Amino acid sequence: MEAVSRKTITVGVNGEQYEREVDARRLLIHFIRDDLDLTGSHIGCDTGNCGACSVLLDGTLVKSCMMLAVQADGAKIETVEGLASEGELNGLQQAFSDHHALQCGYCTPGMLMSATALLRENSSPSEEEIRKAIQGNICRCTGYVNIVEAIKAAAQ
Amino acid sequence: MLLREVEYARPASVQEALRLLGANDGARALAGGQTLINVMKARAASPDVLVDLADIGELRGIELGSDGTLEIGAMTTYSDIIGSAEARARPILGEVCNQIADVQVRNRGTMGGNVCSNDPTNHLPPLLVAIGATMTIVGQNGERSVPAEEFFLGVYMTAVGPGELLTKIFVPPGKGDGFASVPIGKDGTCIVNVAASLDGGAPRLAIGCVDAVPVLLRPDSAEDDAVRAAVRSANLDPPWDVHASADYRRHLAEVLALRAVAQAAGRT
Ligand SMILES: Cc1cc2nc3c(=O)[nH]c(=O)nc-3n(C[C@H](O)[C@H](O)[C@H](O)COP(=O)(O)OP(=O)(O)OC[C@H]3O[C@@H](n4cnc5c(N)ncnc54)[C@H](O)[C@@H]3O)c2cc1C
Ligand code: FES
Ligand code: FES
Repeated sequence: MEAVSRKTITVGVNGEQYEREVDARRLLIHFIRDDLDLTGSHIGCDTGNCGACSVLLDGTLVKSCMMLAVQADGAKIETVEGLASEGELNGLQQAFSDHHALQCGYCTPGMLMSATALLRENSSPSEEEIRKAIQGNICRCTGYVNIVEAIKAAAQ
Repeated sequence: MLLREVEYARPASVQEALRLLGANDGARALAGGQTLINVMKARAASPDVLVDLADIGELRGIELGSDGTLEIGAMTTYSDIIGSAEARARPILGEVCNQIADVQVRNRGTMGGNVCSNDPTNHLPPLLVAIGATMTIVGQNGERSVPAEEFFLGVYMTAVGPGELLTKIFVPPGKGDGFASVPIGKDGTCIVNVAASLDGGAPRLAIGCVDAVPVLLRPDSAEDDAVRAAVRSANLDPPWDVHASADYRRHLAEVLALRAVAQAAGRT
């Protein structure tokens, strides 16, 4: 095995297989947004602090600005685009809308992925568990209360 | 952020990783990337080659030996520790891992990366010093064991030399531990943190965030007066920054030492 500066990777994103050649230095978030044109996942801070770039990697919640695309070779990725089906919001997305859990919406894709990860593991989280689950996601608009309410509602 | 050009390899064995690290002076191990990717973005370091340890099975996992010693692979994530039944043999490990950053960072960040980066504000350096962990380091010339209290050498510097890897962390059995901190948010980066262990007979205290490496103290007893005296006689000279003055950090060191010891005493 030798180290390479460019590599062909295969990833499944929201159920679709993609094969692309990428630079080793390319961050996963840029691969998702610019190479695959899935611009739902956002870049907020680019330092691992805000969570706007959160995606699920083989079912595990990660910040995609803190990884290289080549590290995701062979993985299954889920992004916010995979939540709705046939134009219909899923229950969690509908709950965000119903509870005014977004204002500018910048944090929302990451919030939804963090909430998705939580609800898969814990179908009836307490308020404290919800707050702990979204600790890595910063929202500068809502004050979090409505986000917590929406996740609570979606859990029911 | 566009990183500087870098080469990447994901070897499947420690031997192969050592060969790749040895082949280029600019090669660096990549663990969870939760420090290194940021360091590369900031150009604080720009490795030429990244040797990703993710596929090396022997670096993962948590085993509980018959004598109660935990053997933890360097690539074990904080989330692995939190979810592990074996790791509950030393409950403080999961409790402290659950205070690091947030879910996303805990899912990627590793035990090995946390200690090898030796950021003075990290949670695990003082904890592993207080509970008397031992690190296994492997290089071209074989393997050696280093006690945690000799592992941390300076800010971002450890006993792991160029071309070497930390492979395992051994944690002896025990329950009488405590950890107290004042973090910047509810969890996450600490202003000061203190780990205490009362298991090995004499109390062991390790204070983080006040020096380049955890400050190990051995008070005469677990009594408040003895703990206070030990912290005062250490003549701490902590850094100051936007979060706290040096005086405030000194004050916190004493208060948190008492809290960590009280927690540990409640569990022995
Ligand atoms: C938003 C955010 C908040 C954070 N908050 C906290 C916090 O509250 N508390 C805390 O403790 N940490 C915190 N961290 C740091 C985090 O815990 C990192 O995961 C950790 O410091 C590094 O671990 P890693 O596995 O990601 O290592 P990497 O970033 O991959 O590597 C770090 C360094 O260690 C070296 N290295 C890694 N593994 C080995 C090995 N096995 N052998 C030899 N060298 C190795 C690498 O070459 C590199 O130089 C935070 C990080 C972020 C992004
Ligand atoms: S953009 Fe990734 S955490 Fe902020
Ligand atoms: S809705 Fe604007 S940042 Fe959350």
